[in-house]
Amino acid sequence: MTKAEPLLSLRGITVDLTGPHPARIIDGVDLTVQSGRATALIGESGSGKTVIGNAVIGLLPETMRTQGELLFEGRALLELPESQRRALRGRGIAMIFQDPLAALNPSQRIGRQVAEIPRRHGLRRAELRQTVRGLLERAGIPRPEERARAYPHQLSGGLRQRAMIAMALSGEPRLLVADEPTTALDVTVQKRILDLLAGLQRQFGLGMLFISHDLRVVSHVADDVVVLYAGRVAESGPAREVLTHPCHPYTRALALSVPSVHTASLIAQPIQGAAANPADRPSGCAFHPRCPLAQERCAVEVPPLRDTAPGRRAACHFAAEVANA
Amino acid sequence: MRFPGNTGKAVQRGTPRTATRVFKKWTVAVPGMIVAIYLLVALFGPVIAPYDPVATNLTDRLLCPGCETSSGSIAWLGTDATGRDMFGQIVAGTRTSVLIGSLTVSLCALVGLIIGLPAGYFGGLADLALSRVIDILIAFPSIVLAIVVAGLFPRGLGVVVVALSLSGWVSFARLSRSATMSTKEREWVAAARVMGVPARSVLVRHVLPFLAGPMVALIALEFGLIILGEAGLSFLGIGLPASTVSWGQSIASGKEYLATAWWISAFPGIALALLVIMVGLLGDQLNSRYQRGGSR
Amino acid sequence: MAGMIARRLALGIFVLWGAVTLMFFLIRVAPGDPAATMLGPDATLEEIEALRGRLGLDRPVALQYLSYLGQLLTLDFGVSARSNLSALDLVLSRLPATMQLTLSSATIAVIVGLSLSLAGSRRPDGVLDRVFSVISICFQGMPTFWVGIMLILLFSLRLRILPSYGAGSLRNLVLPAVTLALPFVAIIARISRATFTEAMREPYIQTALSKGLTSGQALRGHAFRNAVGPVVTIIGLQIGTMIGGAVVVENVFAWPGLGTLIVGSVANRDYAVVQAAVLIIALFVLALTLITDIANAWLDPRIRTGGVS
Repeated sequence: MTKAEPLLSLRGITVDLTGPHPARIIDGVDLTVQSGRATALIGESGSGKTVIGNAVIGLLPETMRTQGELLFEGRALLELPESQRRALRGRGIAMIFQDPLAALNPSQRIGRQVAEIPRRHGLRRAELRQTVRGLLERAGIPRPEERARAYPHQLSGGLRQRAMIAMALSGEPRLLVADEPTTALDVTVQKRILDLLAGLQRQFGLGMLFISHDLRVVSHVADDVVVLYAGRVAESGPAREVLTHPCHPYTRALALSVPSVHTASLIAQPIQGAAANPADRPSGCAFHPRCPLAQERCAVEVPPLRDTAPGRRAACHFAAEVANA
Repeated sequence: MRFPGNTGKAVQRGTPRTATRVFKKWTVAVPGMIVAIYLLVALFGPVIAPYDPVATNLTDRLLCPGCETSSGSIAWLGTDATGRDMFGQIVAGTRTSVLIGSLTVSLCALVGLIIGLPAGYFGGLADLALSRVIDILIAFPSIVLAIVVAGLFPRGLGVVVVALSLSGWVSFARLSRSATMSTKEREWVAAARVMGVPARSVLVRHVLPFLAGPMVALIALEFGLIILGEAGLSFLGIGLPASTVSWGQSIASGKEYLATAWWISAFPGIALALLVIMVGLLGDQLNSRYQRGGSR
Repeated sequence: MAGMIARRLALGIFVLWGAVTLMFFLIRVAPGDPAATMLGPDATLEEIEALRGRLGLDRPVALQYLSYLGQLLTLDFGVSARSNLSALDLVLSRLPATMQLTLSSATIAVIVGLSLSLAGSRRPDGVLDRVFSVISICFQGMPTFWVGIMLILLFSLRLRILPSYGAGSLRNLVLPAVTLALPFVAIIARISRATFTEAMREPYIQTALSKGLTSGQALRGHAFRNAVGPVVTIIGLQIGTMIGGAVVVENVFAWPGLGTLIVGSVANRDYAVVQAAVLIIALFVLALTLITDIANAWLDPRIRTGGVS
């Protein structure tokens, strides 16, 4: 299989918080998403996952400045004027948010919200109805015509998220950024939404950047994973390999904290200590205060992201030892 | 992770933070100084510009701003139809406005506290009665109520104060009611209540201190409204005795001479507007500092 | 929603009763004998006594109150002491002028106020936003009667393009309507700016932006509808205050509405007219509050469809 040009590629992306307390909350993140594949971005809350998602679609607040190389279909997004970036939103890159009740406009009917992009494209009423119906059906919403007339508060959480997905599909995007799309849902509904996303992604050859803190969810949908810790990449590589044979103590700790992912353990072991704050990162390896393997150099020397195996990279001074443990 | 101001391009760009801070500082310092000047003028008015409200001097009538009077002094703001100096008149009017404003606002705050605190603390029937009374009072536009009351009773300072207070206490009662309701649920207040501390001590020791900040902000905001109301009444010839100097009366008396002597109406109005605007600015700043509702 | 309207109506009737009662006792408490005032200074004691008898003023207050309530129920507001006309007819003849003035001002205030806030809240704390907020603070602090006089000075006396008093033509309406509108432009602009900027921070705005909308489109297409509820409430409440403002402004421009009627009647102790005029105003304020509540409920589909209480 020849590797085509990735759909989305981040190289050395940094996000700086400006203002009275400046900080580099994202520090040199590399990440790629291939067409038809899903890359998961994993990290604890506060690790900067959402910042990266918003940086990709270009909706960070003005107090945050993004730098680095952000390529979408070969175009450098950070160099595009705002009007061209805006044209890509919805039509090139679509976004699915965590809480569909908050993310849907409470005073607009579902159909109208799903129809917004096609309508701006100049579709007529009858065509619009057809389009909305098709989109809702594709998102697995039964009785789509009735649901199109409903307001968000009248639908269940699962249906709302499906409506959100239908809305994301409405601009026929090539990349889907899904920011914790199942976190606000019941466990039983989560899996169905994940199946839907995986199915759509395969069916339309979408690339997906899947942001989550939940390893079980990630193992379900992701082809590749990028593990984020305190705004830096801890480890990246093919999902199965990374999750079963981590090269970074943080990934291993994450995997151990979820019993069903790591086959070697049956008991969940929560990670000790609090997640590091990217705005006030510990010296050296940001994970060293919580790391069971930490040595003196870890507190001083920032470990670079190095290849550990073909297609795999990790930022740990002792990556080899971790992998063989 | 959520960002409170996360609206992409909607958020400001290029307004430097330092500018915002300086702007904030000025919006307190400048109005504060101007209001202080008004208060000083109200206190020491007679010393600054002795003024006889009933004196008439027909040779000096309708002099333009900057003209020389028969006594050789200069009428910087002109004179009115009976030859009285406009500057002196404005200084004397300051005293009236500030006096009525302070008296009324104190009365409103006091009544509002006395009624609002128990209503918020005990709830139930007292609270219900308060909201119904407020419902009835706000069915009348406050100025209309003031016109009727001040018009029916003999002219005088007390009547004007009462007429303006009739709807003015409402916002104070609402504020103290809502603040009491929210503070009484806090742990230490609840603890004090459980321990059998009498209601009056709880209110005075635990609730009042929390109320002080928003109350001061509301006092500033209402003070402006009240002196506007007083000037309106005087403008309509209702309320204060004709011998009292007030900005509203000065503005009304100048209307007749608008074509020839615009300054009679113009300057008292500027004095009034400036005071109201500055007090309002101060109130806004205080209000945003104590983000709590209660005012209309 | 029908239940809500019924509750509001019941409350409205209660408030109306309270307003009537308040007016009745205010006038009873006021010094001065209405009969003596009606007959003028030349009346003899016998004449005054006779009129007191006819007006029922010699009966106990409680009885007077009850018969007053009874009269009001039959829409009998009594007779004007000055003109011997029915007080209600007098008030109703002045009502259209006040309504015309108030509604024109309200229209100006809503259009200008909303436009200012929409323009300002696209970029909160931007230059435009700052300028507007300073302007609105000034508008709110300037006494309307003084603004009216200054407008007369400028447009009637200096530029001679608009009449300074009277009613009848559209040209007569311009100055009073603008004068009355200014403080409300400021209030509406400030309140709606606050609610619009608040709404622009909602997650659904982020969704709208992620669909490729500009912030202006997101503001108009998504934030506006959700934020307009509180703005409608304020507008409804402010129209009540505006009628109060109209009472003062009418006296600046000799506008033949309720305001000039009330001030004239208060000065002449024409109680029946004062009562009728004030009660009609209260009725209007109550009706406006009710309409505002209904409009608000209707604007929010969560209330309208009964999904969330």
